[in-house]
Amino acid sequence: MSQQTFLYNLHKQLNAQLADFAGWQMPLNYGSQIQEHHAVRKQAGMFDVSHMGVVDIQGAEATAYLRHLLANDVQKLQNGKALYTCLLNSQGGIIDDLIVYRINPEHYRIVVNAGRRSVDVDWFKQCAQTFKVEIRTRFDLGMIAVQGPAVMSLIEKLFSQGLTQQIRALPPFGFTLYKDWHIARTGYTGEEGIEVILPGEQAPVFWRQLLDAGVQPCGLGARDTLRLEAGLNLYGVDMNEKTSPLESNLAWTVAWQDAQRNFIGRDALAQQMNQGLQQRLVGITMQQPGVLRNHQRVKLNEKIGEITSGGFSPTLGYAIALARIPMGSEMVAEIERRGEWIPVTIVKPPFIKKK
Amino acid sequence: MNNYPQDLLYTPSHEWVRIEDGQTVTVGITEYAQHALGDLVFVDLPKLGVVQIGHPIAVVESVKTAADVYSPLTGEIIEINKDLQQSPGLVNTDPYNSGWLFRLKIKSITEDRARLLAPHKYQALVESSS
Repeated sequence: MSQQTFLYNLHKQLNAQLADFAGWQMPLNYGSQIQEHHAVRKQAGMFDVSHMGVVDIQGAEATAYLRHLLANDVQKLQNGKALYTCLLNSQGGIIDDLIVYRINPEHYRIVVNAGRRSVDVDWFKQCAQTFKVEIRTRFDLGMIAVQGPAVMSLIEKLFSQGLTQQIRALPPFGFTLYKDWHIARTGYTGEEGIEVILPGEQAPVFWRQLLDAGVQPCGLGARDTLRLEAGLNLYGVDMNEKTSPLESNLAWTVAWQDAQRNFIGRDALAQQMNQGLQQRLVGITMQQPGVLRNHQRVKLNEKIGEITSGGFSPTLGYAIALARIPMGSEMVAEIERRGEWIPVTIVKPPFIKKK
Repeated sequence: MNNYPQDLLYTPSHEWVRIEDGQTVTVGITEYAQHALGDLVFVDLPKLGVVQIGHPIAVVESVKTAADVYSPLTGEIIEINKDLQQSPGLVNTDPYNSGWLFRLKIKSITEDRARLLAPHKYQALVESSS
C-alpha cells in the first residue's frame, strides 16, 4: 500500500506521472523529464522530497553519540552547519548516506533516504543504548528542494527581506531555522539552491507560492539525471551494505583525524586499507551515441567491472555512468552493449562542474 | 489522450505503417509507445537492406529504458530518418510525421497488409491493456 506525501494532491492536479518509489507514490515527471532537467540547470526547479526521513537526535550526549555512529565527524560542525556522511556497519559497509545538521550541541537533525528510514532508525536505536539521547522520527515534517541558478534571486518573492538576506548569506551546507522551518543550502543536483524542511500541512501552500514564482516542478526522473551529472551516488545502486566508502568514491567523507574517535566501522576500514583496496567507483563517459545502462559489463585490460548507475547527460549530450571497477590506472575501457564492445573513457566525477 | 490516425495501419508491438504507394511504406512508433518510453535520447536505426517481418531492427532509448522496434513487414530498408540523430525527441513530439523512423520497399502491400491492424483494432488493443 503506497504512502502519499503532503503534496500528493498537487502532483495529481499538475498531471504528474506517478510511480511507486520506496513505498511512496511519487512524481516521475510532470510531462518531460528532460525539460525538467534543463529547467534546473538553467533556471529553477523544485522536488517534493517529503518521502525522505527526518530524524531528530536530542540529548546531553548527542554529540558523543553521533561521533561514535557516523564515519564523518560532527565535531567539525557549529550551530547552523551540516555535513554529508555515510552510516556504516561494523564491517565498514554502508547502511545509508545522509546529511546531519547541528542545531546545537544537544540537538541534531538527520535526513535519510526514504527506502532506508526504517533500517536506519532501528540501527540508530540499537547504537544509542549506552548514550543519553532521544531519537524521534519527524513524520510531521515535509521537505521541498528548490534548485537552480535563479533560486537565490527568486527567494525574495517567497521570504521576508530579513530571511532572504540570511539565506543568501549561508555558506554551502549552512542552514537557518525560522519558526518551524529549516532552510538549508544543500541539494542533490550540483546547482545552487536550498532544501526546506517544513510542517507538512504548510507544504502545499509553499509549493503553490513556488509555482507562482516560476519554479518548475520536477520529478524523480530529472532528480536522477541531475545527480548523476553531479557525480552523486544513489544508495542501493552505487553503494550498499557490502561496499565501503573507500570503494564508493566517498573516502573523503571518512574523518580519521581524531585517533581516539572509535566510530563504527573504523577498524574494518583501516583493515581494508592495509590489505589494499580491490575496487573503486569511477565515472565513465561514452562518446558514441547511446545510453549507458546499470549492470553493463566494463572491460579494462583483462579485468571486468560493472556499471552501477548508467544513464545519459542531457546537459552534455552524451552517455555517462558510475562504475565499480578493479583497482588500476586505466583511463580507457570498453562496455558491452548488445554483444558489441564499445570504447568509453574513465573520468573522475562530477561530469559537470558543481556550482 | 492517445491519437490513432485513421490513415495508418498498426502492429501489436506499437509500430505504425503509412502506405506511400503500392511498394513503399513509412514506419514509426505510436503515440502510446512514445509516451510509455518517455523522452528519447537516442534512436539506433537499421542499416539499409533486407529485413523480415517481426524481427527487431531498431532500438529507441530513453534515459532509463531501451525498447526494440520490430519490422512490421518483410522488405528492404531504403531510407532512414537522419533527423533523429540530432533530434531523437521528434519521436516524442511528432511520432506520426517528423518522428518517422524508416521507409521500407515491399513486394506487395495487398499480401502483407492483412498482417497489420486497422486503427480501431489497434485502439482496442491499447485500451484493453491499460
